[in-house]
Amino acid sequence: MRATRVLNEALKGSRLIYGSAVLFVGLEAVIGYLPPLLVRFAVDHVIGNEPVDAPRAVLRLVTALGGTAALRERLPLVAAAIVAVALVAGAFSFLHGRLAAGASESLALRLRERLYDHIQNLSYDYHAHSSAGDLIQRCTSDVETVRRFMAIQFVEVGRAAFMIAIAVPILFSIDPGFAAVSLGIVPLVFVFSLLFFRRIARTFRLVDESEGRLSTALQENLTGVRVVRAFGRQRFEADRFDHHSSEYRALVYRLIRQMATYWSLSGMLCVGQIGVIVVYGALLAIAGQITIGTVLLFVTVVTMLLFPIRQMGRVLADMGRMSVALSRLAEILAVPREVDAPDALEPPIRGRIEFDRVCFSHGNRVILRDVTFTVEPGMTVAILGPTGSGKSTLVHLLSRMHDYQRGSIRVDGVELNQIRKRWIRRHVGLVLQEPFLFARTVGENIALARGNALPNDVHRAAKTASIHDVIESFDRGYETLVGERGVTLSGGQKQRVAIARALLQMPPILVFDDSLSAVDTETDARIRRALSVARGDATTFIISHRLTTLSQADLIVVLDAGRVVQLGSHDGLLAQEGMYRRLWAIQRERHEELEQELLHAGEESHERL
Amino acid sequence: MNAFEEKAYSRRIDYGIWRKLLGYARPYRTHLSAIIAIMIVIAVIDAAFPALTRYAVDTFIVPRSAEGLGSFAAVYAGMVVLQAFLIWLFIAIAGAVEVGLCYDLRQRGFRRLQELSLPYYDSTPAGWIMTRMTSDTERLGETISWGVVDLMWGSTTMLAIAVFMLVMNWRLALVVLLVVPPLVILSYLFQQRILKNQRIVRRTNSRITAAINEAILGAQTTKALVREDANLAEFQGITGAMRRHSIRTAVVQSLYVPVVLAIGSVGTGLVVAVGGSGVLSGAVSFGVLVAFVSYTVQFFDPVRELARVLTEFQSAQAAAERVMDMIETEPEIVDRPEVIARHGDVFDPRPEHWSRSRGSVEFRDVAFTYQGGETVLSRFNLRVEPGTSVALVGETGSGKTTIVNLLCRFYEPTSGSILVDGIDYRDRGLLQHYRDLGYVLQHPHLFSGTVRENIRYGRLDATDAEVEQAAAHVGAAALIARLDRGYDTEVGEGGNLLSVGEKQLVSFARAILADPVFFVLDEATSSVDSEAERLIQDAIETLLRGRTSFVIAHRLSTVRRADRILVIDSGRIVEDGTHAELIAARGRYYRLFTNQFAHEEDEEALQTLYS
Repeated sequence: MRATRVLNEALKGSRLIYGSAVLFVGLEAVIGYLPPLLVRFAVDHVIGNEPVDAPRAVLRLVTALGGTAALRERLPLVAAAIVAVALVAGAFSFLHGRLAAGASESLALRLRERLYDHIQNLSYDYHAHSSAGDLIQRCTSDVETVRRFMAIQFVEVGRAAFMIAIAVPILFSIDPGFAAVSLGIVPLVFVFSLLFFRRIARTFRLVDESEGRLSTALQENLTGVRVVRAFGRQRFEADRFDHHSSEYRALVYRLIRQMATYWSLSGMLCVGQIGVIVVYGALLAIAGQITIGTVLLFVTVVTMLLFPIRQMGRVLADMGRMSVALSRLAEILAVPREVDAPDALEPPIRGRIEFDRVCFSHGNRVILRDVTFTVEPGMTVAILGPTGSGKSTLVHLLSRMHDYQRGSIRVDGVELNQIRKRWIRRHVGLVLQEPFLFARTVGENIALARGNALPNDVHRAAKTASIHDVIESFDRGYETLVGERGVTLSGGQKQRVAIARALLQMPPILVFDDSLSAVDTETDARIRRALSVARGDATTFIISHRLTTLSQADLIVVLDAGRVVQLGSHDGLLAQEGMYRRLWAIQRERHEELEQELLHAGEESHERL
Repeated sequence: MNAFEEKAYSRRIDYGIWRKLLGYARPYRTHLSAIIAIMIVIAVIDAAFPALTRYAVDTFIVPRSAEGLGSFAAVYAGMVVLQAFLIWLFIAIAGAVEVGLCYDLRQRGFRRLQELSLPYYDSTPAGWIMTRMTSDTERLGETISWGVVDLMWGSTTMLAIAVFMLVMNWRLALVVLLVVPPLVILSYLFQQRILKNQRIVRRTNSRITAAINEAILGAQTTKALVREDANLAEFQGITGAMRRHSIRTAVVQSLYVPVVLAIGSVGTGLVVAVGGSGVLSGAVSFGVLVAFVSYTVQFFDPVRELARVLTEFQSAQAAAERVMDMIETEPEIVDRPEVIARHGDVFDPRPEHWSRSRGSVEFRDVAFTYQGGETVLSRFNLRVEPGTSVALVGETGSGKTTIVNLLCRFYEPTSGSILVDGIDYRDRGLLQHYRDLGYVLQHPHLFSGTVRENIRYGRLDATDAEVEQAAAHVGAAALIARLDRGYDTEVGEGGNLLSVGEKQLVSFARAILADPVFFVLDEATSSVDSEAERLIQDAIETLLRGRTSFVIAHRLSTVRRADRILVIDSGRIVEDGTHAELIAARGRYYRLFTNQFAHEEDEEALQTLYS
């Protein structure tokens, strides 16, 4: 997706507001010229004695008010006019501020919500392989860069453009020669600041990199505090930090000095320009070509113009940064989302599953090949195999986290690929090996899958998952917050919370993706006993390394390099030559060794006695 | 609960904090005085420009005479150049103060962090410390240096303009100055309001960041639970609040500018009305009127600046409190002055007074209570002879880790003492103790840099040959040779470019290079592939040989090998003996052995089968 399209779409609905914000900036700029004009008029024609050379409309207005002589008697009226104009300008300024904020905040809101929605709907695979830190960075600071530019700087471009558009004709209509001399500096200042901010971008980058190194050094010192202490390396660490800190200081200082050069040089150009106007204006006035008021007007208008021009160089340089940020966001949005066919099915699901020559590859790596077996509702299926044999992939296919490329999986007779993703996921309770808990209370974490769950249901699920007592031992029980600002749960406790969460869902299909790996054997056994009652008729898939767990399954699937190498019940598999029997043989051997050892140990200590 | 609640910070200006901070600014006295001097000159020049314009009007334009215009132009040009130079100078000096102050605060903070004890780290999330050390210190450096600049510029400009006006025409000046008090009051009120709103926006923004964090880290769980729509709805609640608060802030800010301008225009209006009639009556010169018109415009920027700076100081106060709070935290575990005098401290060790321990350790009546009040050990006694390897086994929370933490002096006994070679370890000094101690963590931590640098961390003056020897010693040489650039391979942040097994072996090499007398190992449960597992087992055996060692053991093989196995339960040694003895006793250890390690048996069976 192109960066401009992202911006365009995020702007949808705010364009009119944006347009009016820019319009009001323009009006503000135009009205902004009026006070000096008014003052000039007051000084020249009301207080001074110059003949009025204003446009006819103004002349008529003056005449209507009784002519300059009359105005001279009513100077407060002139003063009031100045205040009135300022109030109108102020109103425009307020409107522009309010509208620009409204438009840019809506833009940011749309960008954020769109990114959030998009990221949630990216494939399982994308999330497994992307860098979370980078994604977070993009969704926060890149959005902020865009928002800031659109809220402040973009509008400033409008202001500068309007001011130039107004100032140039006015000044030229008054005195072309004088105007040329007075505005000579404007392009120069603009080009100067543009070049400068381009150049300084390099220093900015160096500072950023140095800051990154500094915070890495700090971060590592904090996370490695025990290592630092155990080796007594505090001094070494302080020296290392000092090195980074000094480098950072030097670079920031370089940046500041460059800024100093910019502000002083551009300031010199600007004030110098004013000086030129004063001196040249004086010469012209002496020659009688222009009035004092005109000199004053030129001084004021050019002063007002120079600052926005100086800013504009910066804005253009920042525009580069914004477009980089936008294209980084566009990259995320260009990743295709998970979609369902419009005619996807939502069939009733009871838990009969047929795998028929299922194949799945990731890139050009084949992960599953010709997997075939059938599971009746209510059965427990154990899946066994070495790391990388495709166990997790196989169970993830059931939740449609991945889609198989060949063969067929039928759930209660319906082809899985045709079932709506969210529908099947609601019916499959998938417990991941490393489940994620959200930063809310433990109770809420369990109830996530079923919003209308009663506290009793939550407690019952927690009891089955053997986590109820742990939760009750917290000061605030089920109301305890999880995460940075609350309790930190151990890996095993998280797994148990996730199991409770899946149970509460009461799905017809339950999948445990090695999700008891961090729980000790005793608790594991307790959970499995409780589960055999609580799971009801749910078809259950379990990936596990524990032989006792495996042996209790109705069906054991042994995977190796993506193929089913053995299939059957515990007794059936023990009766045939193969991996499963070898596994038990090794296990028995070890067990005998252990017995021997125990016996031996007994004798040994007996001898010692 | 290990929730770490941030202290509530006061809203009122706390002069004590700022006085302390000014203490840190003391080395920059000359800089700051220079800034003040420069700002005064700049303010005078700023105020002088309209005076120059007035001079030009009155001397050249009104009498229509070009006499002296050349020298006027020269003076003007000179002032322009001078002004530019002064601006450069003050930015450079203020910049030096800013980076210097930040640097000093960071240094102070970092040194203090090196002295603070483990309990501080256990109760303070790393993220909070990071904030204090980075954005908070930066904020302070910025606020103090530029705050002083703006304060000086604002007040001197105002003063200079006031003086110029009063000198030119005091009646007219007083009229103009009438608008100042309402301007100051309104500015202050507005800035307060803006500050308050900004705080809300910042808070909402961090909620957005947290929500995005969860969306990304929990994406897979969200999918499994089909929570996408519910999550999005919640997120929309936060983004909506963000828009509301941001717009509210913008409204206040957008109101402020017009209000200031309107008040300013009242000033201009007054000049035109009062000054104009003065000109007509001949009481005021034309040039004075022109200058006054400029002054009224110039006068209001400094007022705005002052209001802004004061608010800035106010909002930086929270940062100041956080930083000072950290710097002033007293470390809990420190050596007594007489011990420091003899053995030195962490920044100035005196190894000439150290002697290598023989390796005996004794816990004598040790009690330990955590800050929260949880008592883990009471009257704990243990004597370990030199060269003995001790395995600690027991359930999570039994006190194994506490025993090891006490031995490492990460914590100190609440009562009782720990003796090394018969001497209280507090009398031997922290650094001497750490010189004798080797420590390997469950999750090994490496620092960014090369493999070589990481191993050398064990002994800084080790030669390359010694580093490689250490690696060879723990059997890591072949593995390191296989890495892209051998010993010069970058390990990445926290060592994350290496696998868990590789990290562990490098950390073993680092430990053995230090050649410790005591060795503490918190064994990993994480599964590594079988080859790495074998290497690690061998390395552990090498490491422990001939040293007094304490191992929090998870692996059967490690436990079997130990000279003494201690079964810990609720802070007590419930069984103590060799593997054979404890098995024969058929007690706790026997049960643990047959039950707890059964899982490992399964894993090992699988590994054997697959390899």
